[in-house]
Amino acid sequence: MNRAAPDPKQNMGKPEPRLEGRLKVTGEARYASDMPVNNPAFAFLITSPVAKGQITAIDLADAKAVPGVLDIFTHENTGDLKHLKYDPQGGGGSTSIQDFGPKIQHDGQIIGMVVADTYEAAREAAYKAKFEIATEKPSAGFHSEGVKEASPKKSEPKAGDAEKAFDDAAVKFEGWYGTPTQHHNPIELFTTTVAWNNDELTVYEPSQFMYGLKNSLASKVGVKPEKVRAISHFVGGAFGSKAQLTPRTGLVALAAKRLNRPVKLVATRDQGFTIATYRAETQHKIRIGAQRDGKITSFQHQGWELTSRPDAYAVGGVEDSARLYSFGAVKTDVKNVHADRNTPGFMRSPPVVPYIYALESAMDELAYQLKMDPVELRRVNDGMKDATGKEWSSRSLMQCYDEAAAAFGWSKRNAEPGSMRDGDWLIGWGCASAVYPTHMGPAAARVQFSADGQARVQIAAHEIGTGILTVVGQIAAERLGIPVENVRVEVGDSVLPPAPVAGGSTQTASCCSVVAKACDAINARLNANGGTPAPAPRETVGTGTGRNHEETFARLGVATLEEYAEQVPKEVKPNPVMGLVVDPMKKLYSGSSMLGGGSHAEKLMYALGAEFVEVRVHRLTREIRVPRIVGAFAAGRIMNTRTARSQYMGGMIWGISSALHEATEIDPRYARYTNDNLADYIIPVNADIQQLEVILVPEKDDLVNPVGVKGIGELANVGTAAAVANAVFHATGVRVRELPIRLEKLLTA
Amino acid sequence: MQPFVYSRAEDAAAALRNGNASLPSAVESANQYLAGGTTLVDLMKLNVMRPRMVVDINALEKTAAQIELGAQGLRLGALARMSAVADSADIRKNFPVIAQSLELAASAQIRNMASLGGNVLQRTRCIYFRDTSYPNCNKRTPGSGCAALEGINRMHAVLGTSRDCIATYPGDFGQALIALDAQVEVQGQDGKRAFPFAQLHRQPGASPHIETTLKEGELITAFTIPALPFAKRSLYLKIRDRSSYEFALASAAVALDLEGDKVRDVRIALGGVATVPWRAADAEARLKGKGLDDQTLTEVANAAFAGATGHGHNDFKVELGKRTLTRALKQAAAMEIPT
Ligand SMILES: Cc1cc2nc3c(=O)[nH]c(=O)nc-3n(C[C@H](O)[C@H](O)[C@H](O)COP(=O)(O)OP(=O)(O)OC[C@H]3O[C@@H](n4cnc5c(N)ncnc54)[C@H](O)[C@@H]3O)c2cc1C
Ligand code: SF4
Repeated sequence: MNRAAPDPKQNMGKPEPRLEGRLKVTGEARYASDMPVNNPAFAFLITSPVAKGQITAIDLADAKAVPGVLDIFTHENTGDLKHLKYDPQGGGGSTSIQDFGPKIQHDGQIIGMVVADTYEAAREAAYKAKFEIATEKPSAGFHSEGVKEASPKKSEPKAGDAEKAFDDAAVKFEGWYGTPTQHHNPIELFTTTVAWNNDELTVYEPSQFMYGLKNSLASKVGVKPEKVRAISHFVGGAFGSKAQLTPRTGLVALAAKRLNRPVKLVATRDQGFTIATYRAETQHKIRIGAQRDGKITSFQHQGWELTSRPDAYAVGGVEDSARLYSFGAVKTDVKNVHADRNTPGFMRSPPVVPYIYALESAMDELAYQLKMDPVELRRVNDGMKDATGKEWSSRSLMQCYDEAAAAFGWSKRNAEPGSMRDGDWLIGWGCASAVYPTHMGPAAARVQFSADGQARVQIAAHEIGTGILTVVGQIAAERLGIPVENVRVEVGDSVLPPAPVAGGSTQTASCCSVVAKACDAINARLNANGGTPAPAPRETVGTGTGRNHEETFARLGVATLEEYAEQVPKEVKPNPVMGLVVDPMKKLYSGSSMLGGGSHAEKLMYALGAEFVEVRVHRLTREIRVPRIVGAFAAGRIMNTRTARSQYMGGMIWGISSALHEATEIDPRYARYTNDNLADYIIPVNADIQQLEVILVPEKDDLVNPVGVKGIGELANVGTAAAVANAVFHATGVRVRELPIRLEKLLTA
Repeated sequence: MQPFVYSRAEDAAAALRNGNASLPSAVESANQYLAGGTTLVDLMKLNVMRPRMVVDINALEKTAAQIELGAQGLRLGALARMSAVADSADIRKNFPVIAQSLELAASAQIRNMASLGGNVLQRTRCIYFRDTSYPNCNKRTPGSGCAALEGINRMHAVLGTSRDCIATYPGDFGQALIALDAQVEVQGQDGKRAFPFAQLHRQPGASPHIETTLKEGELITAFTIPALPFAKRSLYLKIRDRSSYEFALASAAVALDLEGDKVRDVRIALGGVATVPWRAADAEARLKGKGLDDQTLTEVANAAFAGATGHGHNDFKVELGKRTLTRALKQAAAMEIPT
């Protein structure tokens, strides 16, 4: 075993290497834009240079004169495209701003697309296309004139009389926090390739939801869903940005139809900032009332979230912040602020990243106010019930704290700010909790098992880098009692049975549950015909040794058994919509993923963790570095310790990034993103990440789902920003309440 | 990208035949030399530069990429790659500030491509300059105004700015050159000439689009750095948002000549804070003959930033620049010098 492949502890699977690892490191893995199509034409988008206005005239003469240009699409010739319903809960379109003009509603809105024989010609023509725009003054953000506040439809947990409890509290804390706009910036850009064959079309596009892409594109271009095939074998990062249909896809499909030729679009990095979604800026007001022993009697959390003019997208993380500890009374509130911006959307751990940053910063401030160790403050408020009386299905928060604290050496901390130094460097240690709701979605899968001990698993899951291919292979191997090398897994194609959206960290739990079910059905048929029973699950995660079924198959007179299974988690209720009872499985087939779990299940279902960070701040120049981070996480059954560690590691690095670096700058005069490239949108480089330790804390939870898995993809980047901010305070005595924490905020001290 | 003619020059004369820039504004010039291309091709893809003719001068590497250290000092060919110069053992020992200014710049891949000549001519990272969808940038479109003055200007300059442009000179190596009194050797239609590196860049004033004093088509062939024994005690301190692959928020190139506790001579240049490579002569004068006590360092730092003005987001650079300089001088004084 090595660091990248930790030894499995109790209830953990072997660190099987990724099934597609070799393909990826040799460059053989084909991402959507790598898929070969016949004689493609190349597209280049034209985007609006202003955030608000009206296109009054379009002059394409110079653009069309560029040799190789085939056609140019603008609002004047794209009226055939249908409007896709927007739902702030997800699914369907990413925004209701789908027209390419004449009305301009945000910076970088697509206002045209050139298609040419070469990419270079398309790009040059895009530069030469002239749009006359009557510009209006836009509202950029929270503090701009002309924004509108409204209440989104979000649940706002409430319990007891939080106001009174606050007034009565011996210790009171109030604080404001802010988080900036952030963009996903997956390395793989937003690409779309469409090829028509008569009235059928194939779309190659990186996607976190194959059935969503298929069905939404069908609606967008006005064909039956069965006419659309969506293919996306590998996704080069998505983080929520590739879960819904963005306006570009319909445009490319329309162009390919008109030109009767496959069209390939690879949008540029800067276009990616405005043609898809992002994490909107948020503001938080927190009020906490506590007893002198640290017990919190009142917790109040108000959040404000920016969004576009038409769409009430809100993450509403009070749902989770209100439950993290056993608060006495709780009051919460969420508001939208509508501005002239593109519609935000899901980005890795959408609700918890901003809301838990605020809560976990406030917890640290309270600990200082109480002169209490911040770990002990969490212990005092730890409990198996939330303020509403709802119980946890399992909760290992303090185990995580204790293991991470021991590994970090927390007991050696002198709590006095500015007290720890190494030469010219001020040292700060901070910690915070990580939390993510355990979601599940309906899923279907097909499994074939052959007499020679080989299995084939088919499910339209999404290999977004998380390792779904591998863990699905492992669960099939375990259930069928065969080595994982004997399993072939097919994902990323809408001809396969549907998997839920690869969002909300649902994939492993949902896909593994349904694949296990299909395998069990095969086992049942084998057993009924005298086969040796498969070894009991759980002890043998992905370690089958091979069973000899040749005789059983011979008796059955077949070479291969096939089973198709559907699984609707009990947490997903077929809830009535407008008087009609919807079947979650039918909904899934028609491109909408109903998720259950988290705080909406019978019990509170969450994965938890604790992160400890060391920062160093230079005494004079105040640059901030993070030489050390330790995270311990408990998330039910771990399918594969290698892929799990990789998710946690990436999450923690992302957390450091959002603490210190990531912010999309907005020019308030124009409501435009200015640092829309990877040189100016800063993320950590290798030199920034030094010691990083991941501790997998064993946990067993049979309530969450049949395989006992809690999603982990969105756990480790939660709380990190607070841990860093808390450490910066410890190092310098400066409390930064607006992310990112940049050196100028520490210079005055 | 606009179609362009690509020609490969085998020697300086051939380069000059095609390289006569047609306008004083290097940005708008129809003819461009191509060295590493890490600035030029980047800006061409962004449509900021749209040359008609690109003259590849990489073949000049044969004659103009030498690194020569002699009794007179150091001579660096303009086609020498950043990485080659940073790796030179002679330079690391005798002129650590040069090696560090190159090593702490960009990324390994870029340093392997980029030439010294191209490096000193790299263009500002001003976001409004680099994005042609903003109409108002005097450097890109003379007379159009300056979007950065009241815009997002955290990375912009506080020294040497004008009402028409506050763009930072982003490079690092230029600070080492100006601190060490380097000369530039150029070759043009009228033959060769050499002049102080300090005269190469022009402050923006009322014509920010004219960035250098190079004449039309002039080719930089070499940099010479006079021998300076005390440059063994020199360093480049670069303060930035992350540990690597990032431009300076503030930097200082310093060289110290110490006699006991007293400063006999000193060289100071500042980066990340000014519109051009910036020599802080007043600060140097104040330090000569003094010790490196806190009081003196404060005076020196104040002198270095005497005329500095912030524009909002970058106000902090004045204080940061002072602290960077102070720290650099302290670190230089503490250096162990190999004999
Ligand atoms: C992401 C990124 C990060 C970077 N970070 C840093 C950093 O931290 N610090 C830093 O200092 N730099 C940094 N750089 C800039 C980099 O160092 C320069 O792009 C590089 O040095 C330019 O050299 P080149 O040979 O590639 O120039 P080219 O791109 O080939 O040329 C640049 C310009 O100079 C002209 N030119 C080139 N050679 C000559 C010559 N001999 N005579 C006359 N004219 C000539 C060209 O016509 C062109 O206009 C960064 C660049 C990038 C893209
Ligand atoms: S600072 Fe200079 S480069 Fe930037 S917008 Fe203003 S004029 Fe243009």
